[in-house]
Amino acid sequence: MKAPLNLSPLNLSRRGALGLAGGLLLALGLPQRPARAQSMGGMQHARKVPAYLSIKPDGRITLQNPFAEGGQGIHTAVAQLVAEELDADLASFTVETAPAGADYQVLFNGTRRVTGGSFSIRNTTTHFRILGATARAMLLEAAAQRLSVPAASLSTEPGFVIHPGGRIPYGELAEAAAALPIPTDAQPKSGAAFRLIGKPEKRLDTRAKSTGQARYGIDMQVEGMLQAAILHAPRAGADPGAVLNEAALRAMPGVHSVHRLPGAVAVLADSFWRARKAVESAQVAWTAVGGQAVVPEDFSSSSMLETLRSQADAPGNPASDTQGDAPAILRVATKTITADYDAPYLAHAQLEPPSATVRFNADGTLDVWTPNQAPEQFRAIAAREASLAEDRIRIHTPLLGGFFGRHFTYGTIHPMNQAIRLARAASRPVKVIWTREEEFARDAYRPMGFARLRASLGADGRIEALHATIPGEGPVAKHFGTSRLGNPPLDTSAVEGVAFKPYAIPNRRIEWVHVPHPINVGFWRSVGHSMNDFFLEAFLDEVAEVAGQDPLAFRRAHLAHSPRHQALLDAVLDLAGGWRRGPFEAPDGTRRARGIAMASPFGTEVATIAEVSLRQGEVVVHDLFIAIDPGSIVNPAIIRAQVESAAAIGLSAACFEEMGFEDGRPIPRNFDAYRILSRAEMPKVHVRIVESGAPMGGVGEPGTPGVPPAVANAIAALTGRRIRSLPFAKERIGAA
Amino acid sequence: MAEITVNGEARRVEVEGDTPLLWVLRDTLGLTGTKYGCGVAQCGACTVLVDGVATRSCQVPVDSVAGRAVTTIEAIEADPIGARLVAAWVALDVPQCGYCQSGQLMAATALLKETPKPDEAAIAAAMTNLCRCGTYNAIAAGIRQASEAA
Repeated sequence: MKAPLNLSPLNLSRRGALGLAGGLLLALGLPQRPARAQSMGGMQHARKVPAYLSIKPDGRITLQNPFAEGGQGIHTAVAQLVAEELDADLASFTVETAPAGADYQVLFNGTRRVTGGSFSIRNTTTHFRILGATARAMLLEAAAQRLSVPAASLSTEPGFVIHPGGRIPYGELAEAAAALPIPTDAQPKSGAAFRLIGKPEKRLDTRAKSTGQARYGIDMQVEGMLQAAILHAPRAGADPGAVLNEAALRAMPGVHSVHRLPGAVAVLADSFWRARKAVESAQVAWTAVGGQAVVPEDFSSSSMLETLRSQADAPGNPASDTQGDAPAILRVATKTITADYDAPYLAHAQLEPPSATVRFNADGTLDVWTPNQAPEQFRAIAAREASLAEDRIRIHTPLLGGFFGRHFTYGTIHPMNQAIRLARAASRPVKVIWTREEEFARDAYRPMGFARLRASLGADGRIEALHATIPGEGPVAKHFGTSRLGNPPLDTSAVEGVAFKPYAIPNRRIEWVHVPHPINVGFWRSVGHSMNDFFLEAFLDEVAEVAGQDPLAFRRAHLAHSPRHQALLDAVLDLAGGWRRGPFEAPDGTRRARGIAMASPFGTEVATIAEVSLRQGEVVVHDLFIAIDPGSIVNPAIIRAQVESAAAIGLSAACFEEMGFEDGRPIPRNFDAYRILSRAEMPKVHVRIVESGAPMGGVGEPGTPGVPPAVANAIAALTGRRIRSLPFAKERIGAA
Repeated sequence: MAEITVNGEARRVEVEGDTPLLWVLRDTLGLTGTKYGCGVAQCGACTVLVDGVATRSCQVPVDSVAGRAVTTIEAIEADPIGARLVAAWVALDVPQCGYCQSGQLMAATALLKETPKPDEAAIAAAMTNLCRCGTYNAIAAGIRQASEAA
């Protein structure tokens, strides 16, 4: 497996100063420490106004956003920050994702950028505010020169410089302003009297997305292009030895040519449908000649689960929040509670299938349009694939039809690599689209997870010792290797959510045992938290039950040291109309219960309550009450939407999703066999935003991890049955 | 070759008769607002109206719609119901990634044509398109707002 995110071209000395690993690695891997999160941004690009902003004579403002917009509202939120300080109407902004380039490396002390890790706003708020303030200062200076007055005598209203005799639209000043030296001392507003920040401003992309005008990667059309359909090897890693019916395929309508690629066969045709029909007729002899490991024929998800289970008592490497001596306490404890939990492989199942359009130009440059969360990493891979220098390559990042972690670089089996090879071979621009079937066969899946949890109680009824062993592998170890993960190495993406919890437990040891996955795995919304918070928070309810305590009171007792968490629990209880575990009868006659769970992902704190009943053996989630404390906020409407979205995907995973493997092959190949949450199962989602004033945390992912355990705990309250293996729907629950 | 009527315009397309309407719209006619999500009529991203009925165009051979009226998202605001739905979508900021929303809006348009004041059960029965961003509640709110605006 090749490194998915190219670490090589960056500033080594700076990385050295950060610690052993690259900034991305640290940031993705370590629990979010506020000081680091805040310092990650770096301000060295904040005054590069020409790289980011252009104001047209009609007053329209184009903003180059370092981040990709895939539904999380980042184009709007970033514009909101800039517009606040620039003093411009938010609606006058057009936002695009910036091309690859040094000026847009706004994360990790100004050294790189990705759209992910719920990083974007929390690390760039000051950057974008300085940017807007600097641009405003330039407009003021341009007006001052035009009017021959001191800039200090002028002010602004949204879109205008105001002077005693009237006002000048920004559009009339922009050209002169752009010719001025960039001031180095413009500062964001002080105080909290914001016009836009903290307000539920409207999204900028809604109308285009509601009229079919929004353009995604799959919609790209380039003059003279051919379209490619792909057939991957049944087991990843195998290569096409021969296409046995190539002549027949070439004779099919519209077919241009047939190609063997690493791990796949491609057909180029004058339309996608014709290409697809041909490639699906291909008779291919697959071999293992390419040098890549082929997924073993005896690999299955059930065998992998047993492999993980077999390592659950193996000695592992401890997480950094180890304290006391949990194994020693547990050895002598009179009563211990032990439970095994597991969660399956998942597909990202973003609704837009992957695609790439590439065009080699006469001047030796290459244009690439492909959904991505990391333009520089894609450019580096494109450069290697095309044998071009990076400065000859333009990466265009369209709107993403969902991403959830899907569009990082996870190796070279990707539409972009395929399109580059095909375009070169055909001497034509090429668009590659993966069908849903091919996407489900070559996703970088959310890893299967497993945890063995052991606890004992002290005389005070609180947890005295917690010892967890997590065999497996997260996307960090998979794609970056373990050599830079500390000594002994720890893959935090495998343990986060069991480790790094806020509960006061005097003896605590969370261990990781490295068990590699033979298939590709990747980052999936909330990463390790997506399953580990389920393991820990459901187990916590089990321990509370043994202790004879209510789950809420039990959590409060372990959070006595943390006013922030107590306040968050108060908030979610207020939202939910108080704590009522049940079972109880609801006004509609259903028998219901509630479960509670907490999570601390991406620098944000979340408390979740689920209210459930059962219908025909399947859980019905009526309401989710979610209190989220990201410290401080930019757009509460977008946060609410993101929390609801994150909750939906968490519930979907908890209830239905499972990417099974048999005979080395993925089994579900489309939505008929890979069930995701539909309208019928969507609960009401109630969101309460708490602004504690703590350093700003992320908002795109934190709504996910609390949902599976809150629902599982509610099911246990309702039925007495503990579900320790996801998804719920693989078994009938209860009799009701 | 097939002759079809799309958004009120007669079009001749040089494709095999079994080509799915989805790919004729997207590749042949350049109407990319209609989306490909699954190709097996599971997700609904490709939903268009055929004689006013919500239809998953990935499973419709183009020769089967000869002589029938195909309406796509690009013409949604020419329909008064569609225009009200778009206005509600905009007012409520319904979309997130937006990829499914063309299909959602076409399904919602067909629903309100049939049932101008749908209750929750009618919305649930008609709105079976998938949304990975989980905008289902916002979609239902948009439908209610559009139906109340009538």
